[in-house]
Order: sequence, then structure tokens, then C-alpha cells
Amino acid sequence: MQTAPDRLTDPDGFYEALMRAHEGIDEAASHALNARLVLLMANEIGDAERLSALLAIGRGHAA
Amino acid sequence: MPAYAYQPFGFTRPPELDGGRTQAPVAIVGAGPVGLTLAIDLATRGVASVVLDDNDVVSVGSRAICWAKRTLEIFDRLGVGERMLAKGVTWQIGRLFHGESEVFAFDLLPEQGHKYPAFINLQQYYVEQYLIERARDFPDLIDLRFRNAVTAHQDLGDRVRLGVSTPQGDYALEARWLVACDGANSPTRRRMGLAWAGQTFEEQFLIADVEMDESPFGDPDIPERWFWFDPPFHAGKSALLHRQPDNIYRIDLQLDAGCDGRAEATAERVAPRIRAMVGDRPFRLDWMSVYRFRCVKLDRFVHGRVIFCGDSAHVVSPFGARGGNGGVQDADNLGWKLAAALAGDAPETLVETYHDERSHGAAENIAHSTRATNFMTPKTPIEALFRAEALRLAHDQPFARRLINSGRLSAPCSLEGSALQTPGAAPVAPGRAVVDAALDDGAWLMPLAQGGFTLIGFGAVALPETPGVRRVGVGRSAPGYRCFGDASGLARARYGEGLAYLFRPDGHVAAVFAEPTQAAVTAAVRRALGHAPMREAA
Repeated sequence: MQTAPDRLTDPDGFYEALMRAHEGIDEAASHALNARLVLLMANEIGDAERLSALLAIGRGHAA
Repeated sequence: MPAYAYQPFGFTRPPELDGGRTQAPVAIVGAGPVGLTLAIDLATRGVASVVLDDNDVVSVGSRAICWAKRTLEIFDRLGVGERMLAKGVTWQIGRLFHGESEVFAFDLLPEQGHKYPAFINLQQYYVEQYLIERARDFPDLIDLRFRNAVTAHQDLGDRVRLGVSTPQGDYALEARWLVACDGANSPTRRRMGLAWAGQTFEEQFLIADVEMDESPFGDPDIPERWFWFDPPFHAGKSALLHRQPDNIYRIDLQLDAGCDGRAEATAERVAPRIRAMVGDRPFRLDWMSVYRFRCVKLDRFVHGRVIFCGDSAHVVSPFGARGGNGGVQDADNLGWKLAAALAGDAPETLVETYHDERSHGAAENIAHSTRATNFMTPKTPIEALFRAEALRLAHDQPFARRLINSGRLSAPCSLEGSALQTPGAAPVAPGRAVVDAALDDGAWLMPLAQGGFTLIGFGAVALPETPGVRRVGVGRSAPGYRCFGDASGLARARYGEGLAYLFRPDGHVAAVFAEPTQAAVTAAVRRALGHAPMREAA
């Protein structure tokens, strides 16, 4: 299963900003930040079917 | 020591030691790829230079090996591109591995119709050798002085005085401009005490050149750029493999952050690492070195009459081929500006725009290489986690492949927005470097767009005669200037039907016109030469 086609307009810039968002906080705070980001991004996606598909893809990759 | 047969250039007694004096207006310190490119560029414009180097052999070790398409196009203009291409190993595919398995591949030049490939690999010693041999074609314009160490300099306002030390004595030399192409440890920069601060990374990398008859790329033996995250032969670290001419392979291995670099760069330590990678294939170690990543740039590239070019002005981490290629683009940007200022065709302030344009280029290179370095060397558990999961997703989620950063390879710098360009919208926007295209009868567009100011019309557009501007028609014949067929339509597809492009001498687009007039083209040329805009007649 594949997610949406490439939509990131500036992948390197995004990755850098994401790492920067995690700078200077401990691991627990990073996990909390990630949780908030998932919820924020879920709201941006909105569509319930898309979200379940993404949950499935994510789980499929779980170790 | 590499197998390459070093031929010392020897020492020729400079005329200054016997009361003579050079008339060359430009003194270039350093006969590396950047200094030599600049000397040849200036010579093609009739400007004489003295090139001073404290050494008398080409690069010891292969050092810079990946030469990008844009660099090859610049070398083409200087008359050495085809020789480099013939000797170099052409490649365009990068292949990325994670652990045992391949994750994805990327193509750096997925389209046809370009004279030069995305990249060639060619040892720096060959690049320097070919440039020196080319420089010797201009005995009246390029004065190569080996074992001439510049030990002092003084900016006298309208000229620079250099103190030079040789095996047979010291002498002074004067020139209108001093261009420091003397490398990352630039003695010129140190003498001036210029701030040289930036980011240094803890990780160290081992580079080894290995000569092997049997290719580690296996069968089929197609040269590519192979990069591994966490390979089985070098657990937890990254590794890179490139092919060079003469059956030499470049291997880069990430080392532990705190390791003893000097101890690592020994055959006893390196050989087992190579064996782990290449297996039973017999090999010979040709050259090795350990280095640390560093991203640093001078605040100003132009200090009065002293100009910094190449590594003396900026250094970047490797894995993007942005050091050597960035330096050659510096020389490409500077040459025509110095020539125009010396000829009186442009104000001397044009030279300042070299700083504006190339400092921008260096900042772009540093941004890319800093991101790549950060991706390759996660600093915290959470960074390592993101990277591991991005790599995992990249196996079957194409979007994630674009997050994987093993180095973003040198692409031509765009000068969009720089003051010399006349703003405008076009398929190839003002500021961008020429985009090559195959024309009829084996001709190429790229060489036509470089060297001097050139107005190229694509399809149905008439080109006005303009003093100091060459005219070239593509895809349509017109009286009064050279025209080339474009039966495939490739050039017009890339540039747009009916548009006329004004190219600067370095092949960057200065302006684009739908209806070029002599007045408009003249104004764009004046702007590109750094003149103040002409006032409209009242």
C-alpha cells in the first residue's frame, strides 16, 4: 500500500525544521511533541478513511 | 602515494630576481583547479595573469573526484571539457542501501540532449594536469610560477604589492588584483586575520583510494554512486563507493566520533576495513586520508583589491561534490567581471557583485551539506529514531525517499534575484545557468551561450543588432547572424517558442525578451555589467 504521491514541497527543509523542533528537549518531551504533531497533522488530513489507511501503513512498518 | 606518475614542474627563475617586471594585471595565488580555471578564463578574454604556487606538483592524492555537469560545461568553454570527459568515469545514478538491502536509486540527469553527463569522476591530479597543460597554450598570458610562495601582501588602493619567496631569492610583484585561490588553509586569509568560523562536526571520515582489477560494483559493472546506511561490512556507520579512472575506487567510511584519525589512516587499520567491504578481490591501497566535516564561509569574498575564490572563501562537507564544483563556479563568475573592469567596460564595483552572487552560492552549498551531514550523523536518540523510520518507510513509500539525505549533489547555482539580472519570467528564468540542448547537425546550445554576451532567439523572434552582443538564432533562419536548426524542438521546448535570451559571459541568463529591441538589450547588458541605469531622455 502506498500513501499519497510526493507532496512535500521542500523535504530537506521540512526534515531540518522537524529536527530543530526536537532540539534541546529530553526524550520524553520529544515523544510528547511527536504525539501532538500526529494529532495536528491528523486534523490537517481530516478524512477518516485516509487516516485509517495511514494507521494501517504505519502499523505495517512496526517492528 | 598514488600510482599516478607525478612530474614536478620545476622552478623557473622569475624575471623579478634579475630586475625584470611582470605587466600582468592579475596575480593568482594557488595553482589548484580554481586558480587555474581563473587563469585560463582570463586568458581567453585576453587578460594576463601570474599564477604563484608554493609547490611544483599537482594534487597529492585524488582529493576532489566528482565533477558536475556545470563544471564540465565551464571546462568546455576553456577548451578542456572534452579531455576531462574522455578520461573521466561518467555516471548519473545514485543507489542507496540500508543494511543488506537496496532502498532506492536516483537519476541525476533523467533527460537526453546534453553534451555533458550529470557527473564524471576524475582524480584532482588529472584535472590539475589537464588545466596546467591547457594554461601552457597561453604562454603570453599565463605566467605559471611554481615554488613561488607568496609570503606578504599589501593593498595599495589601486593595486596590490606581493612579497614572494623562491629557492633563489625573494622579490616583490605588483598587480591590479590579487585573487587568493590558496585553499582551505589560505595563507592570504590568515595573513589578513579574517574571521573563519563555522560549524565543525565531530564525526571523522576515512577516504581510501583502492586499485582493483575486479570491480566491487559486481556484474554488470556500471559505475554509480553507492551509499550505505548501516552496511553489514561497517555496522552502524555510513559508507560510500565511487569508481575513478585507472581501476581506482574511492571508498569513504564513517569513523567513530572520538577516534584517533592519524592512527586510522594507516594501511594496517584500513586494509581490514576494505577487505570487509570488497571480500576476496585483491586490492592495492593507493591513497588514504582522514578528515572531519566542516562548513565555514568568509563574511566577504572581496576585500578591497584582494578576492577570495574557492576553498579559501568557503569550505563545505563533502558528499555533495560542492567544494571543487563550487570553486570552479566561483572562478567562472569572477573571470569575466575582472576582465570587464580591467578593460574599462564595467565599473570596478562589478567585482563586488562576485561576492553577492558567489556568497549566495556558497551559502546554498553550506545549507545542503549541513543538512546532509546532520542526516548522516544523528545527534540524539530521537534524531536516530526519525532517520531509522524514514529509511524503513523509504523501502516502499516513495515520498520518504526524498527525506533520505546521503548528500544533495552539486547542481548549478541559480543567480535569480541578483542585481545584475533584469527581472522577468521565462522557462529558464534570469539568473539560471544555460540549460543545454542538442541542436541539428551535432551542434550543442551550451557552448553558444557562453564566452561573451550572447542573444539567442528561439523560434519566431527577430534579434536586433546590438553592439558587443553576439546573436544566434535557434529553430529559424534569419539574415545577419548564425542560425542553428532545432528539428527535434528540444531547445524550443526548454526555452519557450518565440523568446530571446541574453546570456552573460558565464552562461547565466541576464534577461529574457518576447520582443527584443536594441535599446532593451543594451540596457540589460549595461545592467549586467553593473552600470547605473541610463536615464530616459527627457
